[in-house]
Amino acid sequence: MDFTDTTEEAAFRAEANAFLSQHLEPKKAAAIRSGRREDYLQRAKDWQKVKAENRFAQITWPKEIGGRGGSPMQQVIWNQEESKFDAPIGPFAIGLGMCVPTVIAFGSDDHKKRYVQKALFGEEIWCQLFSEPAAGSDVAGLKTKAVKDGDDWVINGQKVWTSGAHYSDYGILLVRTDPDVPKHKGLTMFIVDMKQEGVDVRPIHQASGGSEFNEVYFTDVRIPDSDRLGEPGMGWKVALVTLMNERLAVGGSPGPDWAEIMDYARSSGSMSDQAFRAKLADWYVAAQGYKLTKFRTQTALSKGETPGPENSIGKVITANHLQDICNSAIEMQDHYGIISDKDKAPADAIFQESFMWAPGLRIAGGTDEILKNIIAERVLGLPQDVRVDKDKPFSAF
Amino acid sequence: MNFDFSDDQKFLRDEARKFLEAQCTSAHVRAVLDDDGMSHNDEVWQKIVEMGWLGAAIPEEYGGLGLGMLELCVIAEELGRVLAPVPFGSSAYFFAETIKLAGSDEQKAEWLPKVADGSIVGCLATTEGPGALSASNVHTTAKDGVLSGTKVPVTDGDIATHAVVLAKEGSGAGLYVVALDQDGVSRTSLKTIEPTRSHAEITFNNASATRLVPQEGNGLKPYEGNGMVLLEQIMDRAAVLLAFEQLGGASRCLEMATDYAKERHAFGRPIGGNQAIKHKLADIYVKNEVARSNAYYGAWALSTDAAELPEAAAAARVAASEAFWFASKENIQTHGGMGFTWEVDCHLYYRRAKLLAVQAGSPAVWKEKLVSALETKNAA
Repeated sequence: MDFTDTTEEAAFRAEANAFLSQHLEPKKAAAIRSGRREDYLQRAKDWQKVKAENRFAQITWPKEIGGRGGSPMQQVIWNQEESKFDAPIGPFAIGLGMCVPTVIAFGSDDHKKRYVQKALFGEEIWCQLFSEPAAGSDVAGLKTKAVKDGDDWVINGQKVWTSGAHYSDYGILLVRTDPDVPKHKGLTMFIVDMKQEGVDVRPIHQASGGSEFNEVYFTDVRIPDSDRLGEPGMGWKVALVTLMNERLAVGGSPGPDWAEIMDYARSSGSMSDQAFRAKLADWYVAAQGYKLTKFRTQTALSKGETPGPENSIGKVITANHLQDICNSAIEMQDHYGIISDKDKAPADAIFQESFMWAPGLRIAGGTDEILKNIIAERVLGLPQDVRVDKDKPFSAF
Repeated sequence: MNFDFSDDQKFLRDEARKFLEAQCTSAHVRAVLDDDGMSHNDEVWQKIVEMGWLGAAIPEEYGGLGLGMLELCVIAEELGRVLAPVPFGSSAYFFAETIKLAGSDEQKAEWLPKVADGSIVGCLATTEGPGALSASNVHTTAKDGVLSGTKVPVTDGDIATHAVVLAKEGSGAGLYVVALDQDGVSRTSLKTIEPTRSHAEITFNNASATRLVPQEGNGLKPYEGNGMVLLEQIMDRAAVLLAFEQLGGASRCLEMATDYAKERHAFGRPIGGNQAIKHKLADIYVKNEVARSNAYYGAWALSTDAAELPEAAAAARVAASEAFWFASKENIQTHGGMGFTWEVDCHLYYRRAKLLAVQAGSPAVWKEKLVSALETKNAA
């Protein structure tokens, strides 16, 4: 049992680190959080291009399509190293992590030729259009419909919570093509040009004050049948491939952690509070538990094994604790804690900012409740929830 | 990266599990539970002695198997799963590890082979009353090899042949090995919430005692009064081993609860189909995984004598205490009324969970140790 890299892993880590040092500044938490949003998109595109040119963009993709032909372990090492730097990677996470792999798996040769390189080199950004106002956790209950008209499909309906739709060029779109069969069987996946007529992207003003997500309205949008991914009615199967890729992403820390609140507590004299010390111990133990669980996952990866759904514990732990840590930090500041002005508030208002962001983190990518269902059903083998609509035509509801 | 046990260690785990499932059944545990006069299950104990597990982490030169601490961790988890009603932890984690850490070469040569072959059974006697242990609440005294005072409760105090006793000496405290079959020692069995493990009150009245004298090095000096310093290190080591026992128990509770939730029907379907139950079991799973990962880190620190041992041990203990406590109480809850009957084993885990959580210092004590360690580390 040890934590050191194998010789090969160490060599790859050194290579990755040298490349990163050459192109990026080391991460400084306060600087990252204080913004520089205005040029972020352009910096992200530039960085993506440099990565692709040097075959660091998609480590596990085959070389023929611009990847490195590397192992999942190398991807993990790359992610770890890149997270130490001020790397603008946000806009590409969904496209390259989820959408383009779906295009690669289900698209035609023409699709791959047309889209993969441009996405890889940062020239085009993708978004994923699954959720709807009435279909969140139950995505297969979506209502946006596509009707065949000659060689085209005509799309009408509304998507929601679409990250980055406002700067995306293309999206993968899951719609209902047959309402007269059970819900999972009537779905079809398409590639959609986000800049075409009839696609209306409207930013959502979030509770946190930001607008990273959008509503997207489709009014008589025409998509050629050739831009279909998979057979009509097979959309759910295609979507599962997209969602499986989501799970492979090994995320970093989403905000202030035990170390940051400890720093703050030390500077503000709160370390003498016994109740706070006990909480701090709990946060450390949970964060450490999750970090070390990822080490166990990496060990499985480096032995060529496939990690299971065990990783679902991550967001249950981190999202809750982020909320709790920020709550405690604000209470520690007493009345002053309500101030979110970065020039006035302690610790650059990072706790206040994350306090408002944390509720979203507990929902995005699956609520705590959905993740606990996944653990219960897929890890512990408990019976699935009752699904009264499972075998009935969608139109019956 | 290899954050896992080796294939050999996993083989040992599988063999230990098979052995214990056959040789240490619920009936063996209940034999001790149901008989007030029975301190432990001697049949199980003798078989464990024959397996040589007591010597797993004792060097071969002292009659042990010379495997290592990781192997002892593996065994500890399996003993925890079956609630082994034997003085293994007292003899192997507390007594033997104390001798290994705080004994001279002669003292190691005298006692370790006897622990390994089961001819003596050791225990650790520290506490004297309610509340966390500190130098100020130790009243037992030692002077010129003679020890007097009362220790209560002493886990396995009425089975053990020898005890390591914490006693005041001069301005500090020292650790002494005391033979428990001498005239100066009297013992009374105690009624506790965990009858499958025995506990005693031991009174020493001018008992003859041998002071442990650690070899110099490893940050230790054989000066007078260093007992509390040594005890901290002993507790760090024991905490990791106890964490594995706790993890074994917590894992077993999750299995019991999951099996029952699949089997027991209400309102026309298994109760495990209801989210209230599913989420409860998922919560146990999350806590158990947090505990497992922290325990592995503790095992790594223990086996390599890493500088991180104090915080790794504390994190392992805090996580494991929480996981076992939570799993044991929610296991009863999942079983409903059945879970509260004497006949169903749920309460045995509930009892053991609490014993292990307070046995080497309560979670509050360990949380404080953890935060202090983090403060020291971050100050450097």
